[in-house]
Amino acid sequence: MSADPVIVVSDIVNRFGAQTVHDGLCMQVERGEIFGIVGGSGSGKSVLLNTILGLRRPQRGRVALSGVDITTLADSQLRELKMTYGVTFQAGALFSSLTVLQNVQLPMLEHLDLSDRALEELALLKVLLVGLPAEAAYKYPSQLSGGMIKRAALARALALDPKLLFLDEPTSGLDPISAAAFDELLVSLQRELGLTVVMITHDLDTIFRTCNRVGVIVDRKLISGTLEEIVDNPHPWIREYFHGARASRFGASRGA
Amino acid sequence: MSYRAERQQEALRLSLLGDWTIQQVGDIERSLKALTLDDVVIVHLDLSAIESLDLSGAWLIHDLRARLAVDRTVELASPEPPMLRLVAQTLRKEGSAQISVRRGSRSVVENLGRHASDRFSGWLDGLAFLGVTVLRFLGALKDPRVWRPISIARHVYDTGLTAIPIVALIAFLIAIIIAYMGAQQLQQFGADIFVVDLVTVGVLRELGVLLTAIIVAGRSGSAFAAEIGAMKLNQEIDALKATGVEPIEVLVLPRWIGLVIALPLLTVIADAVGVAGGALLCHWLLDMPFVQYFQRVDESIAAWTFWVGIIKAPVFAVLIAAAGTYRGMQVRGSSRELGRLTTVAVVQAIFMVILADALFAVLFMEIGI
Repeated sequence: MSADPVIVVSDIVNRFGAQTVHDGLCMQVERGEIFGIVGGSGSGKSVLLNTILGLRRPQRGRVALSGVDITTLADSQLRELKMTYGVTFQAGALFSSLTVLQNVQLPMLEHLDLSDRALEELALLKVLLVGLPAEAAYKYPSQLSGGMIKRAALARALALDPKLLFLDEPTSGLDPISAAAFDELLVSLQRELGLTVVMITHDLDTIFRTCNRVGVIVDRKLISGTLEEIVDNPHPWIREYFHGARASRFGASRGA
Repeated sequence: MSYRAERQQEALRLSLLGDWTIQQVGDIERSLKALTLDDVVIVHLDLSAIESLDLSGAWLIHDLRARLAVDRTVELASPEPPMLRLVAQTLRKEGSAQISVRRGSRSVVENLGRHASDRFSGWLDGLAFLGVTVLRFLGALKDPRVWRPISIARHVYDTGLTAIPIVALIAFLIAIIIAYMGAQQLQQFGADIFVVDLVTVGVLRELGVLLTAIIVAGRSGSAFAAEIGAMKLNQEIDALKATGVEPIEVLVLPRWIGLVIALPLLTVIADAVGVAGGALLCHWLLDMPFVQYFQRVDESIAAWTFWVGIIKAPVFAVLIAAAGTYRGMQVRGSSRELGRLTTVAVVQAIFMVILADALFAVLFMEIGI
């Protein structure tokens, strides 16, 4: 792991009218780690993600991706930057009028000049890489199950071979078996492709199985640390989150 | 350059250089075409000078190696990068050669048959939809609780009230056009006064209701299809059904009834504005006093003239509402379907309105009104 962090968010403020969502929030993600973002509903997880992606400019503070401050970039530079990361959205956000393969090809067609054969084969490689069968590549999103849609969205996020991957609730709405399989896929892809992953999730299983470090949004700020540090954090919301009724089964295994 | 090729008689030493990443794949592909392989028996592939490699670059190497190996030996002269192994593993799982799924090409006869049977079952579906809706309507007549006055009022407002400005404007302009054209021709014979007959009978019998119906088909037929279609995509129709609420009853019937109320009222407005538009033009162009115009209007219309137009309005309303709601209910799968079926709804609504108008014309002629 190199020393310079991939993402540095320093002291950002996000406001909607009178409501302040983030007030001096800081965050740092190192190269090659899986960083989980946790927080209550309405605590501004998606706003934070949109700010890091450059889809929203914060009222104050700076966001640096690989050392480049994106809050001051011009739109054309921002377009360049958007080729360097992949994103999946909560509900998949696959283009419903395109097949899975065409969905994966879309970013390639937009940004690269490839031969038809390379376009076809590379897209198919991405589809296979996320564990979808080849037949699925020619199906439309409406013909896929929830788990397959999440995988297809991941394939599209990987279309331009990004080093940085953002996932918004990648395992929400999946049964525990599919969710576990997705976690496994994510960890193996992260290792083999050397990805840095930032993930918003509510799934405690996913956090414990995949994340190296976790950041919790409480009181409009982010408290981050290794999983152990966060689990032992005395903040009441964090205690409730990691030690509440739904989390109790992890408490025992962690102590062991 | 992304590679260096050195020939030693029958051996070729191929050293890959620099960045082999997705940004370069297009350029590398093109530059590889310049590679000559005549009489080469063995290729030593050296990957050690690659500076950065990603999955797409690895695929390109994988692909290159497979193509080189077709009729010669390929040896790796450096350790295999893990990325290359990942590509090989991923593609092996599926037996990549047979991957491309063939969309079977069909014969002309088969296509014709499929098309015909699709059309036929389409007609049956439409008929079934019509039947169910009429049944629900008859059921609603018996049980006044299923009438949804608020919903019906909303649709009267959306399809009727908000359409008044555009309908009035179009009726006014059309009346002006007819009066102007008529005046030009009839003035030659000194038959100016018949311009009034032309405008009055034309607007009241045909044009008032027909143009109103076409505007409403464009405005509301499309809105019906898009609203219901979006609800379908969003599983809201399923949610209604699961709550034990019949979508036909809450979504389709109020739209039909609302439009059946609104379209005749709009037609009355179109008629009035049309006749008024004729009066203005006759006043300006032919110096005809308003009193004389309206006297002539009174003389020119028969007892039925107004009703012949207005009686068509509810029928047109049902046709427009049926096309819109039916196509909306057919939406499934993708946003493209939504757009396609909205288009179909409007085109069919306008077509059916004009067809029905022609049938009415024949009917009225036969019964002599």
